[in-house]
Amino acid sequence: MKKVLEGSQAVAEAVRLAKVQVISAYPITPQTHIVEILSDYVATGRMNAKYLRVESEHSCMAALIGAQSAGVRTFTATCSQGLALMHELLHWAAGARLPIVMGEVNRALAPGWNIWCDQTDSLAQRDTGWMQLYCEDSQEVLDATILAYRLAERVNLPTMVVLDAFYLSHTYEPVDVPEQEEVDRFLPPYKPAFTLDPGHPYSLSPLVTPNAYMEMRHDIALAMEDALAIFDEVEGEFARIMGRRYGAVEEIDTDDADVIFVTSGAVTSTVRLVLEELRSRGEKVGALKIKLFRPFPTEAVRRALSKGRKAVVVDRNYSFGASGIFAQEVRAALCNAPGHPPVFGYIAGLGGRDITTQMLSHIYFEVKESEAPLRESVWVGRQEVNRAT
Amino acid sequence: MLEIRFHGRGGQGTVVATILLSKAFFQAGWEVQSFPFFGVERRGAPVEAYLRLDRKKILARTNVTAPDHVVAQDRTLIQNIDVTRGMKPGGWVLLNSPSLPEDLSPYRGMKLASVDASRIALRHLLGSRTHPIVNTAMIGAFARMLAMPPLEAVCGAIREEALSDPEANIAAARDAYNEVILHGAIS
Repeated sequence: MKKVLEGSQAVAEAVRLAKVQVISAYPITPQTHIVEILSDYVATGRMNAKYLRVESEHSCMAALIGAQSAGVRTFTATCSQGLALMHELLHWAAGARLPIVMGEVNRALAPGWNIWCDQTDSLAQRDTGWMQLYCEDSQEVLDATILAYRLAERVNLPTMVVLDAFYLSHTYEPVDVPEQEEVDRFLPPYKPAFTLDPGHPYSLSPLVTPNAYMEMRHDIALAMEDALAIFDEVEGEFARIMGRRYGAVEEIDTDDADVIFVTSGAVTSTVRLVLEELRSRGEKVGALKIKLFRPFPTEAVRRALSKGRKAVVVDRNYSFGASGIFAQEVRAALCNAPGHPPVFGYIAGLGGRDITTQMLSHIYFEVKESEAPLRESVWVGRQEVNRAT
Repeated sequence: MLEIRFHGRGGQGTVVATILLSKAFFQAGWEVQSFPFFGVERRGAPVEAYLRLDRKKILARTNVTAPDHVVAQDRTLIQNIDVTRGMKPGGWVLLNSPSLPEDLSPYRGMKLASVDASRIALRHLLGSRTHPIVNTAMIGAFARMLAMPPLEAVCGAIREEALSDPEANIAAARDAYNEVILHGAIS
């Protein structure tokens, strides 16, 4: 049934419907609504789960690693500094092959202290071995959270469902909430590949010497590769029951496009609006939405972008000393494809600055009129200020 | 698409006002989107919240900078904040005020409506004398001003949102619906 829900409520509804058994979280704006709702569900018996209050995000992930190792489905949500504090144990969760699912609200890192939207927090975790799904609207947030359990439990790797601070986490809009019976058909009870069992004691994650470590890493690499096909398979099963499908990437008006935007998160939605307007004026412009960031859908990105003459990546994040992070990934995906289009990189909306339709139109016309990028990254909507030295 | 910007102060229920209206408009068959823009999350600090309405799926995920209509939940705000900033000409401005402001020049080209939402809120024991909770009165007045959403959808949304005293809030919305003064175009 369609209801007007906040993005945070969409996450919480999905966690309830997924029958998660252990939740642990440390509250941090703008993730708070997610965990407030879940703690209320547990306290009032709407969810049959254990809610573990912890003293930090580091302890939170440690608790979930323990719980998931004991064979139960788990969830947490965090953002920004909280995710950064979890960093050590994010590697552990992936290395231990535990399908933990996290709701990650994209918030800027401090200083300057800033609670608003910015993707650098989740993208800084790209090498931890977590799968990452970036969402465009609250429906996708709900669907991706349910799907994340099926995907994670098939691949035996943890998964982050990523949503923009405020533009998704605090936005109310109509969301179709599936019936429990539909979710049960899609997502069977968790059957762990291995479980700690006091009846048959053994040790998990012991010292691994150079003669075995590399094989363990290679196995994770293969699992990530397999995850691309498994993602499609699981989305197909989801679509058969729920009637909705998103794709690891989505091509929007790319077939005859000269310029193709590359976007992730809620900005994709605004770009759709800009495309409608530009297309009505005869501009040959399209977009490629990247939902699945890890594993990176290299082939699909190459295929889509080779249709255009120029690609332009809008990054709401930045890797100091390099460029926008999605732009890096797109360049890496294209570099071995003969005759690939040039990749223009734009940095916009850091720390919650609004990415407006005017800004996106401006980017389009600037790219249309340029033969090749002059710089790796162009920062848009930036004021001139004195440099700190 | 219609875009409405709400101005208020932290603690007045400004964000909840847009949530209630989004639910009421959704019940009435609209596509809706509402979200807050927080500066500092403190009682008394200026807050903005936005409401978008359309007949098709709403794609814009940006702040509202050129609203069709504006609601100001606190009379003291209009001394410090240009609530009509970026407004499209001809739109409604709804003020929580017992009377018309003395200086009407900021509202030239707009339509003005006023309602004494603070008094209505106190009548129904919503909030305190220094901090009346005016949001449900304001959305009642809003429903009359735009002739939508239907008052019954507003009341339904108040019930659905499980506010602490739904009947008092519904009574405040009904009173404001009846008592709002539509001054109309300011020239």
